[in-house]
Amino acid sequence: MTELENKLWPPTCSAALLHQRAELYQTIRAFFVEKGVLEVETPLLSAAASCDINLDSFSIDLSDAKKLYLQTSPEFAMKRLLASGSGSIYQIAKSFRQSERGRFHNPEFTLLEWYRVGFNLSDLMSEMVELLMLCFGQNLAFRTVTYQQLFQQLTGLDPHQVSLSDLMAYATTQGNHEASKICAGKLSNGLDYVFSQYVQPKLKKDVVYFVTGYPKCMAMLAKLDDANPITAKRFEVYFNSVELANGYEELTDADEQHQRFQHELMEREQDGLANLPMDKNLLAALAHGMPECSGVALGLDRLLMLMTGTNAIDDVLTFPIDRA
Amino acid sequence: MATYSTSEFKGGLKIMLDDAPCSIIENEFVRPGKGPAFSRVKIRNLKTGRVIERTFKSGESVEAADVMETEMSYLYNDGDFWYFMDDETFEQVSGDATAVGDAAKWIKDQDKCTVTLWNGAPLLVAAPNFVELEVTDTDPGLKGDTSGGGGKPATLETGAVVRIPLFVQIGEVIKVDTRTGEYSARVKS
Repeated sequence: MTELENKLWPPTCSAALLHQRAELYQTIRAFFVEKGVLEVETPLLSAAASCDINLDSFSIDLSDAKKLYLQTSPEFAMKRLLASGSGSIYQIAKSFRQSERGRFHNPEFTLLEWYRVGFNLSDLMSEMVELLMLCFGQNLAFRTVTYQQLFQQLTGLDPHQVSLSDLMAYATTQGNHEASKICAGKLSNGLDYVFSQYVQPKLKKDVVYFVTGYPKCMAMLAKLDDANPITAKRFEVYFNSVELANGYEELTDADEQHQRFQHELMEREQDGLANLPMDKNLLAALAHGMPECSGVALGLDRLLMLMTGTNAIDDVLTFPIDRA
Repeated sequence: MATYSTSEFKGGLKIMLDDAPCSIIENEFVRPGKGPAFSRVKIRNLKTGRVIERTFKSGESVEAADVMETEMSYLYNDGDFWYFMDDETFEQVSGDATAVGDAAKWIKDQDKCTVTLWNGAPLLVAAPNFVELEVTDTDPGLKGDTSGGGGKPATLETGAVVRIPLFVQIGEVIKVDTRTGEYSARVKS
């Protein structure tokens, strides 16, 4: 086969999908114009990287021996804008995560991320409901449920009480002896594993789930709930068993954020992963003062998959990684 | 020892799992919430035929199984083993009753079978989809009725028993679908 005959040149999505994506972006932009939320653009490359042990950033070597990282989400840069006084903002941004490839993953993907100043988590969830109904052009069934309720109902385990070894024993009785290798001694990994294996696939079809009240160890960049400090003010959206969005009532405390970064870097070291530069600009921005706000990232490729009933992310992308 | 990384997993790949050769049916990459990446894999155990689901840590390597499918001619059986030959290399292999399984009741010498070899020895034998076999015993009394309605049991030259239409008699050759074990047609001699 000569180069001129290669079969990989055309897009993997249909022509109709090009239009559906364009329409979706128009819908989103019109929605936020009406709400007075400002569209912003931040750099894809940053001197800092996410230190999360489960994220694998692409790095770029510059000629002067400096290293930059492709963002895994636009979160840090957008928070710096919030601290600078931007007010509520949104962005449709390419994000990059190495070695994530499958039916629902491409290493380069598109996020819609938005931050609402003065919103608490339930305000933001209501706005998400509005946006989703607009995108799907129809009424949808929504259900808000706590992480604990769902986890307990479908596995019989209480996520706030359970230990990693309980979770691994549960996976073993279900025939997955390798779970402990996957979860690498981390409770939050164990919870994520059991949730994705034994909870997520059992969610009812055609219902949009808002899962709230994540265990403290899965707080990520969310505030803890003062009224119930074993939980974090974080929510995730699941639709037809697909994880669609992740939102926080944002942590604004610079010291707490600094500690969480340091904890992540310590975990990276324990796991033998490369050391990464934490985002000191974000810490400085938080120290300067970021307004109380809630923010969420929504996977637009997956949203398109759900809107169009397609089976794989390649069906909504022009050129997935193997054709890029 | 050849190995495959989870990023190479795809349908049809043959791997070793729990000391048994297995074939991957499908592989799904999972990265839950903010959690660890893994592969959720549906696998068929080629020895037992059982399908199971297992998870593997992303980036983990598993041993490849030396499994290949090849077309071979059936030669004969000596009571314990069934012998097959590669028509190109003339290499012969033998498989026991477990490997030959149901195919044993359909095949006769020179039939072309699909043999799955594991480390060079037959693991599974699939009979041709259709075989032509002579009826060696059936009730001759039930003539006349040609509607083919109920049918009658018949023993074939290999010992297999199938239901055949009433008009087919001892000595005639019939075509059988080995996947369903059903009579398909009478072969004009």
